[in-house]
Amino acid sequence: MTNPTPKPQPIPQPESDHYWEGLKNEEIWLQRSKATGKFQFYPRNFSISDPETGEDGIEWVQASGNAELFTFAIVHVAPHMGFVGDVPYITALVQLEEDVIVPTNIVGVTPEPESLQIGMALKPVFEHDPDGQTLLKFTPA
Amino acid sequence: MPNIQRLQNLSGQAHIVGVGESNKLGKVPEKSPLAHHSEAAINALDDAGLELSDVDALFTAGWSTLDVAEYLGIQPRYTDSTSVGGSSFVIHVAHALAAIAAGYCEVALITHGQSGRSDRAPIPRNPGTPMAQYEVPYGIIGPPVSYAMAARRYMHQYGEDRTRQAMAEIAVSTRKWANLNPMAYFYDKPTTFDDYHNSKWVAWPFHLLDCCLVTDAGAAIIITTPERARNAKNGSVKILGAGEGHDHSGISQMPDLTSAFGRHTGPQALEMAGVSHSDLDLAMIYDSFTYTALVSLENLGFCEPGEGPDFVASQRTAPGGDFPMNTNGGGLSYTHPGMYGIFTVVEAARQLRGQAGERQLEDCNLAVAHGTGGLLSSTGTVVLGTD
Repeated sequence: MTNPTPKPQPIPQPESDHYWEGLKNEEIWLQRSKATGKFQFYPRNFSISDPETGEDGIEWVQASGNAELFTFAIVHVAPHMGFVGDVPYITALVQLEEDVIVPTNIVGVTPEPESLQIGMALKPVFEHDPDGQTLLKFTPA
Repeated sequence: MPNIQRLQNLSGQAHIVGVGESNKLGKVPEKSPLAHHSEAAINALDDAGLELSDVDALFTAGWSTLDVAEYLGIQPRYTDSTSVGGSSFVIHVAHALAAIAAGYCEVALITHGQSGRSDRAPIPRNPGTPMAQYEVPYGIIGPPVSYAMAARRYMHQYGEDRTRQAMAEIAVSTRKWANLNPMAYFYDKPTTFDDYHNSKWVAWPFHLLDCCLVTDAGAAIIITTPERARNAKNGSVKILGAGEGHDHSGISQMPDLTSAFGRHTGPQALEMAGVSHSDLDLAMIYDSFTYTALVSLENLGFCEPGEGPDFVASQRTAPGGDFPMNTNGGGLSYTHPGMYGIFTVVEAARQLRGQAGERQLEDCNLAVAHGTGGLLSSTGTVVLGTD
């Protein structure tokens, strides 16, 4: 047991159940506005690019998983007891092909600045927790 | 959109007449957050020559005004718990100006008390927010991680080496100011460029010395009408301009990691005050991190995007430099309980009233105080001037 304190778990909300259920099946589902064609992250009960049509203006579309690194940090001082056993770890914002930014971790690389280039191609890694949700992480493609 | 013409009529319609800190800042486990509120409030009222019974409006953040007013034993007729992070208290200054000019109240008390270091009962986060759902499970928790990702993006856009140098310049220059402030945590801790570069990583690209302190502290501000300000015990400071707003909560939703909302609140506050950047004698810029101060200077319009590293070069913001910034030692090295914004106004008022001791600027007549809150989420800017 390296982490006696559990990590905070995501608590899905009604508008995001579909997203979190998709991750369990290793699928990334995003909302897209029917009118504007714009994707949005995170899920809402309407499209922020077309607010007036409400829930009827949204459709769920499966994302490709292709992504690139937008920015990152390497965390050396755990900001929560649940992450004490994980430092140093890489947090990142990645840009999906669908033009949305997703907060995540980069895994499978040494947590050093030299391992990471902004703009590098990434692919998804689905990290399953049998008792909880599946987290969407990324690794170099 | 803000109506600048109407705002210009509001300019100067309320004055700061008192400021104060709690009695001891830093590591103060013997005091509760509410005790910091009350000590600071009483000190600020004493500075103004007023008493708690004169207060008819209360503004605070982090805590509800209900709890703070009850603890203080007051019954405000105007109440404002606007809580958008550390910028809140700068925003409260603008709200107090509007409330006083409208006639809702005459003596406004803005208080802050937080035991960032020693709190026995920290306020839990709301697990239902999008931030809790999409960022926190990945360890994207708290300011250092989020601001570090913003700083890394800035480095990508504008150059890593010159950004690093700018962060070092601010880390060192700000601590030189702290060496002149007896209330500052770094008062007796001289800090060199080597100290900066050798300090440990907190969240790369941030060294420890890129990061603000985490302390126990309180502060308070008293604002009143121009008429009552004439009787102020230690002089008064006019509230000339203000702006506020926000464009996201979690860092992953920030529209542009290199541009915080000061791009709106800075120009608005200056235009309302009818002044330009070159008129300002002092910049009090919330420095939760070196990067926060760097990007805020650009956002406020002191220089163009990407030019911040040139602007702060060669210790320009240090004592003796031609752009005095964060003369109290800032959140980096004076105090930072968690929501530091109020201290930018406290120091600006002290400099404008000639109460800043060894660090007092010559001919300080016009100052800007700029707060950033949340995860570069909200900003509040005020322009203050001598009466």
